[in-house]
Amino acid sequence: MQDEPTPVELTKSVADFLRNDITPLISGHQAFKLRVAINILDLVTRQLTREEGSDASEVERLRALLGMEGSVTDLNRALAERIAKGEVDLATPGLAEHLWATTMDKLAVDQPNYASYKRELEGGG
Amino acid sequence: MIEAELSRSVQRWCPGATGVTGAARLSGGASQETWRFDIVHPGGPVGAILRRSPKGYGAAPTRAAGLAAEAQLMQLAYEAGVPSPRVMHVLTADDDLGTGFIMQRVEGETIARKILRDDEFAAARPHLARQIGGVLAGLHRLPQDKLPELRSRNATQEISEFDRDYHSLNWPKPVFELALRWLRDHDPGPSAETTLVHGDFRNGNLIIGSDGVRAVLDWELAHLGDPMEDLGWVCVNSWRFGEIDKPVGGFGSREEMFAGYEAAGRKIDPARVKFWEVMGTLRWGIMCGGMMQRFREGPDHSMERAMIGRRASETEIDLLRLLAPRGR
Repeated sequence: MQDEPTPVELTKSVADFLRNDITPLISGHQAFKLRVAINILDLVTRQLTREEGSDASEVERLRALLGMEGSVTDLNRALAERIAKGEVDLATPGLAEHLWATTMDKLAVDQPNYASYKRELEGGG
Repeated sequence: MIEAELSRSVQRWCPGATGVTGAARLSGGASQETWRFDIVHPGGPVGAILRRSPKGYGAAPTRAAGLAAEAQLMQLAYEAGVPSPRVMHVLTADDDLGTGFIMQRVEGETIARKILRDDEFAAARPHLARQIGGVLAGLHRLPQDKLPELRSRNATQEISEFDRDYHSLNWPKPVFELALRWLRDHDPGPSAETTLVHGDFRNGNLIIGSDGVRAVLDWELAHLGDPMEDLGWVCVNSWRFGEIDKPVGGFGSREEMFAGYEAAGRKIDPARVKFWEVMGTLRWGIMCGGMMQRFREGPDHSMERAMIGRRASETEIDLLRLLAPRGR
């Protein structure tokens, strides 16, 4: 087992340092790049926090849908192939629910402020 | 350094011009540059823009129309009354500036977030969707016999091309596969009428002032095809910048855009517009994947590119909202 503090605590401390202490000192194009850098650290922090749980439920849904075992990457590849071949489509029980759940989990990491995601979270459709 | 070459150039084709000042690089990658500068003239300074491929970057990417074609299209648009900058000079070898052209600078805003939120544009906003319909109608009726040579693409060819682009990324995405299936199943076939298509008509490529659209920029993806493509592309959620209930660039409704288009004497096919909106959403998602690939394989190992790769999931949720809306 690796030692503590955890990766989440470490990335968060760097992001907070850049946000609170460095941002006021920087301007122009470098300020834009600094904002991108902070966004990356925030994204990584969210992924480290959520990935394990969301990957586990994704794998569980994929196993049920496909009736096979494999890593999350293998299973996604298999699902993509079956959709391409027309063996699985939106009429397949569970597919739409699976894609929605997986996509919502991705947005929670990639872009939690994206308007479509916020709308779907609110249940606004 | 570029000022010396620009000075020599303007003195050759702009009567009275004595030089240039304030040359500044605006944007673009290595093979395409945009510069702003002012022509020094006894009648007062003239704002200008240079768009060029520097020497050694002659070949355009496969989808691009090329800078000479772009200049010709902008000039045609300008003459037809479609908001467009006036093209002042097409570069020749004597200019020693590479290939490209110089156009008059149009003042205004291209940053969507400002256009959608700032007070300066408050009076223009309610009219923009309808106005965009009118601008697209004007663009689609530019005289075909005067157009430069352009690639021609119908829906079926575009689907195959995106299928190939996406699979070349080796980036399995079930939602993208679903979208590709949907596009194949709903392929409307060649359109009854083939026109000039701008190819990248959206927020960011429009200069907008307090009075509305002042110029349409970036004609590099112009081609011949289904005019409904432009109407679908401008509705892709990624260009709404949070104003998701206003499909036309975050400005207004499809109906307003359609009304503006029809008022200019052209017909709308809403099913085709929806098809191209789905296609456009997938297209932007695949482009995000292309950014990821270029970030990985170089030469542009930038954080910005890396983060654009992560924006593909935005198009996944938008594709699901279009193709598999949750029943409520």
